[in-house]
Amino acid sequence: MRSARFASFDVTDFETVTGHEAEWKHTPVARVQPLIDGTLDPDIRPVTATASSDDSVTVEWIDRNDSRIGSAGKPEERASANAWSAFESALMVTITGEQPSEISVTRSALGTGARAAHTVIHATHHSVGTVVLQNSGDALLSENVEIILDEGAHLTVVTVQQWNASAVHLASHFSEIGRDARLKHVVVSLGGSVVRVNPSAHLSREGGEVELYGVYFADTGQHLEQQVFVNHDAPNTKSRVSYKGALQGVGAHTVWVGDVLIRPTASGTDSYEQNRNLLLTDGARADSIPNLEIETGEIAGAGHASASGRFDDEQLFYLQARGIGEDEARRLVVRGFLSEIVQKIGSPALEERLQNAIEAELALSTAS
Amino acid sequence: MSVLEVIDLHVSVETEQGTKQILNGVDLIVNEGEIHAIMGPNGSGKSTLAYTIAGHPKYHVESGSVTLDGQDLLAMPVDARARAGLFLAMQYPVEIPGVAVTNFLRTAKTAIDGAQPPIRTWTKEVTEAMKNLRMDASFKDRNVNEGFSGGEKKRHEILQLELLKPKFAILDETDSGLDVDALKIVSEGVNRAKENTGLGLLLITHYTRILRYITPDYVHVFVDGRVAEEGGAELADRLENEGYDRFLAPASLG
Repeated sequence: MRSARFASFDVTDFETVTGHEAEWKHTPVARVQPLIDGTLDPDIRPVTATASSDDSVTVEWIDRNDSRIGSAGKPEERASANAWSAFESALMVTITGEQPSEISVTRSALGTGARAAHTVIHATHHSVGTVVLQNSGDALLSENVEIILDEGAHLTVVTVQQWNASAVHLASHFSEIGRDARLKHVVVSLGGSVVRVNPSAHLSREGGEVELYGVYFADTGQHLEQQVFVNHDAPNTKSRVSYKGALQGVGAHTVWVGDVLIRPTASGTDSYEQNRNLLLTDGARADSIPNLEIETGEIAGAGHASASGRFDDEQLFYLQARGIGEDEARRLVVRGFLSEIVQKIGSPALEERLQNAIEAELALSTAS
Repeated sequence: MSVLEVIDLHVSVETEQGTKQILNGVDLIVNEGEIHAIMGPNGSGKSTLAYTIAGHPKYHVESGSVTLDGQDLLAMPVDARARAGLFLAMQYPVEIPGVAVTNFLRTAKTAIDGAQPPIRTWTKEVTEAMKNLRMDASFKDRNVNEGFSGGEKKRHEILQLELLKPKFAILDETDSGLDVDALKIVSEGVNRAKENTGLGLLLITHYTRILRYITPDYVHVFVDGRVAEEGGAELADRLENEGYDRFLAPASLG
């Protein structure tokens, strides 16, 4: 039951991880052990932030005892709590303007030592903005990201994982959605050895909306995971979850868990979640687990869909019958499949960059 | 002059009940500029012929040959057959999510011609061809066949026929499911393509309706996986009046 999961800020409150727990059973625990049990370096300064406008966005480092920390969520597993217990200062992004602003937070020099990080993104009432967390280079990182939307705020958060091949990254994103506020959250995972990003959204005020999107491309030996949790806890809230992934090569493994909880407080909820995976080769594995818990009879709609399948030979035949070679036909289909999510971001420059990154993944696939 | 030759073609498919023989020795010669109608009852093998020539992996050629100007089509992958000058307008074109029509058309044209089409003339050509087929300009931004109505799918097939300019086109039941207005528009497109490029056409149909708008030079009646009768356009008129009953063994009459 998602509604009754244990949570604590303190790592010592959590039992030793065995790998059988609901939140760990799909994850290669041995590969992430230092983040679960190890000492984490709290120094997360190798970060650069660039904003499109100065007056409606502030970026600062705040102390762990700052009152703005801890309002959006509480760790539900040990690696998240380990990061929470270890961090000393947090990156605080505050968006205040009603005109759209965009801010990019780049982390490309974290190195190979085990680290903890904490980020708070706060969109004040009726503000509009986009925050991009751009990740590359080496990493052995456990982090928590708090996302707070005040009344009427429209916020887009995009986290892009283009880590080096050996990187390990566990992230928990906790979002708290205010009255009539709207969050669009996008997880793009392409590079890294083990990447697990778990976004959760608490729709705690009437009229709140979330769109949680994800796109991932797993190659040989890569583990890309996302455990999504939507918590409908107020009347007339709406959620849409859509994750799409492509997998290729032996040992490519992806996990999508979609928990949607509709509490007794959430009459008039409108919810839909889906996950689709495209298996491009033998030896890859996609786990897809939707889970709907409905505690009120008065909902507007709740549904889910999950499909993991092979390449559609009829699509391939159609394109080839138009003269397009097999490799290019495959690329077109995969690009099309994934771009449906990328197109939802709403930032043309970022969309183009991500399309190019997906292209690069596809180029690797046909070169090998 | 280009010629598409089918000689003594035997084709089978794998089904749950085992191997099923579908084509039992088909002979057919189509010269460029000719229109051949292939008619016949359901299950007679008409579509199998179309998909075998195009190279669908489901169909297994037991024996016989298919050549285009002497080149062995059966030895080529699907895309090479298209580049050799073959086009198949499909009865049920598949959806390709996330791939816009404009991108698809340009990619196909580039593949067929071996070079990018010049951007300005190409855009004009696409716009013109869409206009002729009464397709709204917004069509090109939609994803290939996604959410298209039956009529839109068929127009999109004929749009490709007009733009890709093959030497030979097989139209697999392009008329089925079209209302009379759409049928006329699609037929005009086919006639226009023939006028412009002089291609040879293999028109597969269950009904004679489309033959009111596209006049065949030859009509072949397919029964049990082979050509049972051949003639000119007048044969189609006869089928219109008599149906296929006289070709069917009493046992297979429903």
